[in-house]
Amino acid sequence: MTKPELLVTPISVDDIVPLVEAGADAFVIGEQRYGLRLAGEFNREDVAKAIALAHANGKKVYVAMNAIFHNEKVEELAEYLRFVSSVNADAVIFGDPAVLMTAREVAPEMKLHWSTETTGTNWYTCNYWGRKGAKRAVLAREINMDAIIETKEQAEVEIEVQVHGMSCMFQSKRSLLGNYFEYQGKVMEVENHKQQKDMFLHDKERGNKYPIFEDDNGTHIMSPNDICIIDELQDMLEAGVDSFKIDGILKSPGYILAVTKIYREAIDLYFENPDLYEDKKDELLEKIEEIQPANRPLDTGFFFKETVY
Amino acid sequence: MNTVKDRISEMIDGKRVIVKKPELLAPAGNLEKLKIAVHYGADAVFIGGQEYGLRSNADNFTLEEIKEGVEFAKQYGAKIYVTTNIYAHNENIPGLEEYMLGLKEAGVAGIIVADPLIIETCRRVAPEIEVHLSTQQSLSNWKAIQFWQQEGLERVVLARETSADEIREMKEKVDIEIETFIHGAMCIAYSGRCVLSNHMTARDSNRGGCCQSCRWDYDLYRLEGSDQEVPLFAEGDAPFAMSPKDLNLIQSIPKMIELGIDSLKIEGRMKSIHYIATVVSVYRKVIDTYCADPDNFEIKQEWLKELDKCANRETAPAFFEGVPGYKEQMFGNHSKKTSYEFVGLVLDYNQETQMVTLQQRNHFRPGDEVEFFGPEIENFTHVIEKIWDEKGQELDAARHPLQIVQFKLDKPVYPNNMMRKGN
Repeated sequence: MTKPELLVTPISVDDIVPLVEAGADAFVIGEQRYGLRLAGEFNREDVAKAIALAHANGKKVYVAMNAIFHNEKVEELAEYLRFVSSVNADAVIFGDPAVLMTAREVAPEMKLHWSTETTGTNWYTCNYWGRKGAKRAVLAREINMDAIIETKEQAEVEIEVQVHGMSCMFQSKRSLLGNYFEYQGKVMEVENHKQQKDMFLHDKERGNKYPIFEDDNGTHIMSPNDICIIDELQDMLEAGVDSFKIDGILKSPGYILAVTKIYREAIDLYFENPDLYEDKKDELLEKIEEIQPANRPLDTGFFFKETVY
Repeated sequence: MNTVKDRISEMIDGKRVIVKKPELLAPAGNLEKLKIAVHYGADAVFIGGQEYGLRSNADNFTLEEIKEGVEFAKQYGAKIYVTTNIYAHNENIPGLEEYMLGLKEAGVAGIIVADPLIIETCRRVAPEIEVHLSTQQSLSNWKAIQFWQQEGLERVVLARETSADEIREMKEKVDIEIETFIHGAMCIAYSGRCVLSNHMTARDSNRGGCCQSCRWDYDLYRLEGSDQEVPLFAEGDAPFAMSPKDLNLIQSIPKMIELGIDSLKIEGRMKSIHYIATVVSVYRKVIDTYCADPDNFEIKQEWLKELDKCANRETAPAFFEGVPGYKEQMFGNHSKKTSYEFVGLVLDYNQETQMVTLQQRNHFRPGDEVEFFGPEIENFTHVIEKIWDEKGQELDAARHPLQIVQFKLDKPVYPNNMMRKGN
């Protein structure tokens, strides 16, 4: 049995070394021009630096190119892939087949991780993308633990699962914040607030608060709670899920660092002896609860929740 | 390389005519709607089966009904496509092969699919069926289309977010059939990338459980510091909303035809037969009129008015003509009542007695002014005089749903013509 990779999302280059020390095995970085909902914006120089730092510490870096692309960006995918390849990224994350097609042409040796966030819902489709060239599939957040375990058992590709943080519920190409401000006649707000990440929608009926922000990829609405399954990792560890992701979007560097340490401890404990993890997991959960921002309740996402249709 | 235009029109006797007429594709939630769609001029109809489709709330078709629909459509030379565009979970895999075999047996021309699981299963067990990529894949660029073309798909349905210029480039670069939406309700999110329902109501939006949370109102706040919540609206302001106006591309049909788009799709498997009949017949006229004489074509006001008669939301052209702004969304109280009500379906007309036999679909009474429409007739209005039931009993009103009634009408009408009444 091998330990799963602990994958985290740094906000800036400065976070790399501390996160390595905290126990991260790999990082997701990139820029919003190509990647979706990143914790931080890494321009090319930052990408090169982050990769150099991670590699010097024996860690991996995956560059996000998982946006939904329109024609206007198709031509530049090759150039960005060449760049990513030239700085020795360990993998590229894609959702749009245009990236896969371009990678076959200009960077055939580049590892690809398939991630659309919402559509990785069954093992067959994970393997389909594997046959098309992906080495890893990132599962949708909306499937449950049993389905994750079954998918891992049937998978011919690595399986990545988000274990912590908020997830995306919605992406529109429209400028929904800008449109609302314009509708209200608040022209200034459009420029002042549109790009900020401190807004949320209040759903009075459910008592939920959904973070909302805009960027190059449109408007994004995020989950009201943070997934946290620090105390429910045993089945996935047992099944050999390949990568556990902590998504740090809209969180502080300090929070990401602390959470990384706690998951590191959980994984290491389990591999030392599953009983040790069992004994200590409630305490680990309490540690996370202590640092959890007041406006972000923790829950177990869809791991133990059934959806109907 | 031939320009797109060369393949689309030709000069015949000194006059340009369109030789590549796009398919008019209509929705149907049940057999009656399917028959109406075909009868009113749809070249193809898309329907949902009992499984693997995205409208759990629609009636949906049994395999028997699909077969009957296929056979009915065949008489008109029309095709039937079945939506099987869920993103399947592991638990949905058992039964899929059998379902595909059932669709093959029923004779469907194509399936509309998002999940590669279903694409490959269909290819393996029912290779006769065409595979069309669903808009649930939010296909937005030519290179991704190239991928699906190399995968052997016959057709792709584009993301609603694509513009005319983008479609032009796609058509130039990839040789595959392209289908786009022209009319109806649509997602405000990239289709397939929204799980609001999952989070808000534990209903899986990508397996047909969408509860349309995007149509609800929300309050927008800014978080200052760690717990200071500042409202970004004033007392009495309309709340934050993201409800899109319905798509309406009637003005853009000529451009779409010239772009060589292969199939023009109307949304609305949940809509009534009146809606389907109205929308299909208007677009049928637009397409036929344009194709016959594109260089002297004008949109007629009566077509626009006709579309409005069944509209239950305001409409807008959305992304085809550019990125939509706030005017293409609805804020505040935005319910719109349809201006006309569907009141009767013509079953028969007796030329000699000038007596029409109808099935009642909504309340009407003597003195009401009604309008008749249908593929065989020009719209006309009529004031109802005496009404009788099947047994010849005079009625003060046609008040029972599906009741068979008769009255005098001096102009001929035909079975499946419809009668509507202004609200």
